[in-house]
Amino acid sequence: MSFINYSSREINCKIVYYGPGLCGKTTNLKYIFGNTAPDAKGKMISLATETDRTLFFDFLPLSLGEIQGFKTRFHLYTVPGQVFYNASRKLILKGVDGVVYVADSQIDRMEANIESLDNLRENLADQGYDLDRIPYVVQYNKRDLPDIAPVDEMRALLNLNGVPDFEAEATTGRGVFATLKAIAKLVFMELKRSRTSSST
Amino acid sequence: MAAPETVIFEEEFARINLVCDRLRSDANAQVVFIVDKNGQLIAASGETEHLDTTSLASLTAGNVAATGGIAKLLKEKEFATQFHEGEVSNIHIQIVGQRVILVVIFDQRSSLGLVRLRVRKASDELNKVFDTLVAKAQQPGAMKVLEEITDEDIENLFNE
Repeated sequence: MSFINYSSREINCKIVYYGPGLCGKTTNLKYIFGNTAPDAKGKMISLATETDRTLFFDFLPLSLGEIQGFKTRFHLYTVPGQVFYNASRKLILKGVDGVVYVADSQIDRMEANIESLDNLRENLADQGYDLDRIPYVVQYNKRDLPDIAPVDEMRALLNLNGVPDFEAEATTGRGVFATLKAIAKLVFMELKRSRTSSST
Repeated sequence: MAAPETVIFEEEFARINLVCDRLRSDANAQVVFIVDKNGQLIAASGETEHLDTTSLASLTAGNVAATGGIAKLLKEKEFATQFHEGEVSNIHIQIVGQRVILVVIFDQRSSLGLVRLRVRKASDELNKVFDTLVAKAQQPGAMKVLEEITDEDIENLFNE
């Protein structure tokens, strides 16, 4: 749910990175944080366990340029990927404007990918969202590792609707900003579309 | 789609800021801020220069969401009030009208009793302002800025 302030002339949106445990959601955010100009970002917050697994969420506020004289800000969140943190994942999806689904390309993680995608669909439905109707992109991460599935196969399993998808190596940054730009564009296109259709 | 956007207009923004300023002064607090339930900071008053209000807003909303999850498991509607006591600073968190979160940070110059009393009064005022905002946001043309976004605007965001 975007937040528009006519007084401070700001549009704020919420993006959630979703995916199975250890697929690289936090690594995406860390790369964005490390490669963004200091004045365009806030502090990155990680609520993690002692072993650095996400416990509740990571949070990174990011400023993009201006649209129609309004500053645009994105709040990027990750969810905890581990199966038993489902209650937390549901909470983080509240008020989401766009979702990045991060898949792990390793062959032995395909089942976890599918399970997590089903879980995303269910949790979104619980919040009143339909995955087929919200801004949504897919990232095939860890393309640099051995024993990975071909992109075509992953697409057939995880991206049946043909939403924008990207190959990535979040540790080196390949594909990270392309993914972010794609979801940001879709969010604004949806904001415009929803208002134009509701006013006609 | 799910819930509509939160929109704040200038007139109501001024009223919200006024409520925050008055509450800070009446409760003898250091900082007062208002966050929407999704973690977006709406307004802040007081000694905020050294505070990361964006992170505070996000964490407060996360905290409220987690507490709401606990309430649901216990079949409670919500736990509308939270209080955390520190060695120097204390934080009082109040859900207002099930839609926004009113946060008061205070030290030994104030007391929990005083903060609770003043928060109650401010909550009533804020409810009125947010009722007005909801009504205004539904009027035609309220989201003009979104209707006027062009494809070029969206492209330009990434070309700067």
